[in-house]
Amino acid sequence: MNAVDVREAITRAHQEEWARVVASLTRRFGDLDIAEEAAAEAFATALVRWPADGVPPNPGGWLTTTANRKAIDRIRRESKRGDKQKEAQMWYDDPPEPRGAIDDERLRLIFTCAHPALGMETRVALTLRMVGGLTVPEIARAFLVQETAMAQRITRAKAKIKATRIPYRVPSAEDLPGRVSGVLAVLFLVFNEGYLATGPDTDPVRHDLTSEAIRLTRLIRALMPEDGEVAGLLALMLLTEARRTARVSASGELVTLDQQDRGDWDAALVAEGHRLVRERLAAGVAPGRYQILAAINAVHTSARDVRDTDWSQIVALYDQLIHLDPSPIVALNRAVAVAELDGPQVALAAVDRLEDQLAGYHAYHATRADLLRRLGCSQDSRAAYDRAIELAGNTAETAYLTRRRDQLG
Amino acid sequence: MQYLFSVIDDKTNSGTPDEMAAIDVFNERLQAEGYWVFAGGLNSPSTATVIDNRGVEAVFTDGPFVESKELLAGFWIIEAPDLDVALKLAAEGSKACHRKVEVRPFL
Repeated sequence: MNAVDVREAITRAHQEEWARVVASLTRRFGDLDIAEEAAAEAFATALVRWPADGVPPNPGGWLTTTANRKAIDRIRRESKRGDKQKEAQMWYDDPPEPRGAIDDERLRLIFTCAHPALGMETRVALTLRMVGGLTVPEIARAFLVQETAMAQRITRAKAKIKATRIPYRVPSAEDLPGRVSGVLAVLFLVFNEGYLATGPDTDPVRHDLTSEAIRLTRLIRALMPEDGEVAGLLALMLLTEARRTARVSASGELVTLDQQDRGDWDAALVAEGHRLVRERLAAGVAPGRYQILAAINAVHTSARDVRDTDWSQIVALYDQLIHLDPSPIVALNRAVAVAELDGPQVALAAVDRLEDQLAGYHAYHATRADLLRRLGCSQDSRAAYDRAIELAGNTAETAYLTRRRDQLG
Repeated sequence: MQYLFSVIDDKTNSGTPDEMAAIDVFNERLQAEGYWVFAGGLNSPSTATVIDNRGVEAVFTDGPFVESKELLAGFWIIEAPDLDVALKLAAEGSKACHRKVEVRPFL
């Protein structure tokens, strides 16, 4: 096996096994910090050992065993320093719990990471680290914060979980509805990180994260089939995922919605997404945020050609969304639709009003650059592309923005 | 594990008879279900005295150790298996006493 194959095997094992290793160690040792550190050490060991010894026949089993050994080593080291409590934990055996339809080890991990006693940003960061296996720098970039601040946030969260004894389990049926909205917010952000992955050495689309977010959202839907927002989020993810392969060109460049080959869209995912959106429309209940976003995507994916897009309906849906979620990012996306309906001049005026809030966000500058280009303001457009390229963390997006900038007259 | 529920108020001695009755009901439930450790209401911060005996002799200072808009009006100490149980009880306690409650675990 050559070095590239080993490298790929390690990457695949990381995508498939990270959350399982962390979840199983958390269950065994009752400590997220130990689980995370031992999992990271096990993968670091694989990086050294697998190229020399070959990839083990059961990579997941090898990683779990190695991580377990690392965790026990750490506990022994700490107990030698007099921490008897840790030593006791090592022998602590959780009584077996009944295994139900939703007894997924990773779901348990998610409900702990998305606990309401933690701040929302902390929940997302912790889920991306523990369940998604993202590194602290990747998470820091996704949040537009400093690495040190992100590292502190995650450390503090783990310490709080331990000190206050946040339980490691899926909540009871009566508590479930209240806990689900927090989990949905977290899963949506995990999906987004996968769909527009950050980092210079990262694939532009991380299918591992998008498929993991979809898989976990499906699990929650199986659990709560009547919940409109669960259905909405799943539909939104499916309709977005359906366009995944059309979204990056063979040369690794981002392909925007208007340029995509619609024949490349995954028809089965589109059909499933549309079915869910219709189901929610038929329910006749006022839609929440995810259902509106799903409806917007349903309008896009219903158009066989970009020229057939019903932009007035999209703008109307954004108006509905702004009512629920008056965030500048929603306003920016609405402006993109407004450009198609009322022209780039009107849209640019709306985008410029968001400068104070979005000056550090690459999509703000990319949107401005495109609108300025359409208005023939090449010089201003170039400056906006420069700023967008500087801020963009996704390789495909950087390639796309660079080409557009270089094509300016 | 034991948790401290601190009752946060912005006025002193402001409990109403209805609130006292609701607190009694909640306390009885805590005792009946085995969560109860201890509870009490506190007099106003203006009745506090701070003692510092770290030096040569004890120094007494009139008033609370920190002046703030919000004050500790009372507390519960409860025994619960995990934070989910503690948070649920704290939510009921907050409703009973009609005030905000902070939950903190003991070390």
